[in-house]
Amino acid sequence: MKTASKEITAMSLVKAALEKAHQHQDEYHIFTFLNDANAIKKAAEIDEKIKNGQPVGRLAGVPYALKDNFLSPEGETTASAHILEGFTSPITATAVKKLEEEGAIMIGRTNLDAFAHGSSTENSYFGPTKNSKDLTRVAGGSSGGSAVAVALDIVEFATGTDTGGSIRQPASFNGVYGLKPTYGTVSRYGVVAMASSTDCVGFFAKDPADLDLLMQITSGQDANDLTTLPDFYNSDTSGFDDPVKKIGIVKDFDNDAVAPAVRKALQDKIAELKANGHEIVELSMPALKYALAAYYIIVPAEVASNLSRHDGIRYGFRSEDAGSLQDLYGHTRNEGFMPENKRRIMIGNFVLSSGFYDAYYLKAAKARTLIIEEYDQAFEKCDFILTPVSPNPAFKLGEKVDDPVAMYLEDMMSVSLNLAGVPGLAIPVGQTEDGLDLGLQLVGPRRSDAALLKFAAEMGRQSSSGSTADDADIMGGND
Amino acid sequence: MEVNQEVIAHLAELSNFALTEAESAHLVTDLNGIINYISQLDELNTDHVEPTYQVFEMENIWRDDEILPQEADPDQLLALTKAVEGHQIKVPKVL
Repeated sequence: MKTASKEITAMSLVKAALEKAHQHQDEYHIFTFLNDANAIKKAAEIDEKIKNGQPVGRLAGVPYALKDNFLSPEGETTASAHILEGFTSPITATAVKKLEEEGAIMIGRTNLDAFAHGSSTENSYFGPTKNSKDLTRVAGGSSGGSAVAVALDIVEFATGTDTGGSIRQPASFNGVYGLKPTYGTVSRYGVVAMASSTDCVGFFAKDPADLDLLMQITSGQDANDLTTLPDFYNSDTSGFDDPVKKIGIVKDFDNDAVAPAVRKALQDKIAELKANGHEIVELSMPALKYALAAYYIIVPAEVASNLSRHDGIRYGFRSEDAGSLQDLYGHTRNEGFMPENKRRIMIGNFVLSSGFYDAYYLKAAKARTLIIEEYDQAFEKCDFILTPVSPNPAFKLGEKVDDPVAMYLEDMMSVSLNLAGVPGLAIPVGQTEDGLDLGLQLVGPRRSDAALLKFAAEMGRQSSSGSTADDADIMGGND
Repeated sequence: MEVNQEVIAHLAELSNFALTEAESAHLVTDLNGIINYISQLDELNTDHVEPTYQVFEMENIWRDDEILPQEADPDQLLALTKAVEGHQIKVPKVL
């Protein structure tokens, strides 16, 4: 990443990013807030430090985009939801603190599906973000704004959250890398909660090496998030360094529900891996077929619980239309949540209701065990698994927004990772004939995040070898 | 399981949503579609399988019962709400 120095000022980096952000905002609707004044002030402070020979961090003056579900006092944190409009947080998320301690400068908050519920950003109260390659298509979601901000080279990295694919899917729809780390790697403190047992903080970038640096900086146990794992992230992956890898392919995913262009991208990548000496292992993982159904029980259940805190009393929007306290709750929540938020909360309350708990919630929790066992068994046979991120490239705006099940089906290959807590990295693998980006996901065992990034970088080098064999900086081959 | 207006009304009460009639009608269709989809889990044999609620074994982390310095003070928190009276948050009548 390009950091500030005596030669390149933080001010020039930040101004260039802000200029691009403003230039693209009307067309793509990437940001919910642009942080001009604070960013300029911080850039000046970093340049002053550099001028005086004082130490600056590893991200000195690097402009970045922040998904609008991370709390910080710069701009309102709305999670793209009406019910949080007007909420300026007095606290700062741990991940944001760690980035800023290293000198990173937030230039804007990015659009998402309200409360990260969705796969297209069309559920944003502020309207959808457009795809970076085709303005008639979705950016993907929920972290659509962050993916497009990186794809359009406004910033070199952006934050995201991934509960069921919300980093990997928009990354694949916009031709960038997107990392969903092992569950518990990066603190969720100060991130608007969706589903606590699957929510992960992660990042978008154009280079796996940048993601590695971001993980070095932001990972680690946090007393404010008791689900964070004891520190394990280590870029030194020498234990993992057998150059020949066994790559698992899930044959259960190779079916007609997956678009021909996506299947071809996978086949091409498999052929390339074989040509580079890697071993391909065919896996049968029949329980994965049920991951989507289990996910859309477990996650709404946790959503119903987590979103019960939004009551209009302590912060955010409060409905004027209320005579009693009960009315205030009912009207604030009904006016403040988007239709998809309401569907998920109601499904959550349904699967947790007496009479349905065993048939749905408990059943899904047991399915989750089977899914975890399948991954554990798979990683006894292979180092990594390669699958599509989603069954289709970016779809048209409005195509699925009124059909919740059709929208959920877009998540069929991404959600099982979250249920199992394993890391996944979306890697760009080229484009369709129509110029739409295609992505695949590389999945690793828990705590293999650094090795995953290292292998993705290796794949990028091998992919671009031939025409650009000497240029080790070119990753992925299609940017 | 068939979701009807009565079920929607019950779920709306549990969820604290003052739904409009049009929304309720729409939710009957949407929730039936979703429940129909998730019901395919019935096909999966989960006999003798233990449920998973968290992917990592976790234990409580204890600390001494002391008030630690907080990022936000009470005045900052009260500034976030719509109506304050006498350093307390004001709400409509409860009963």
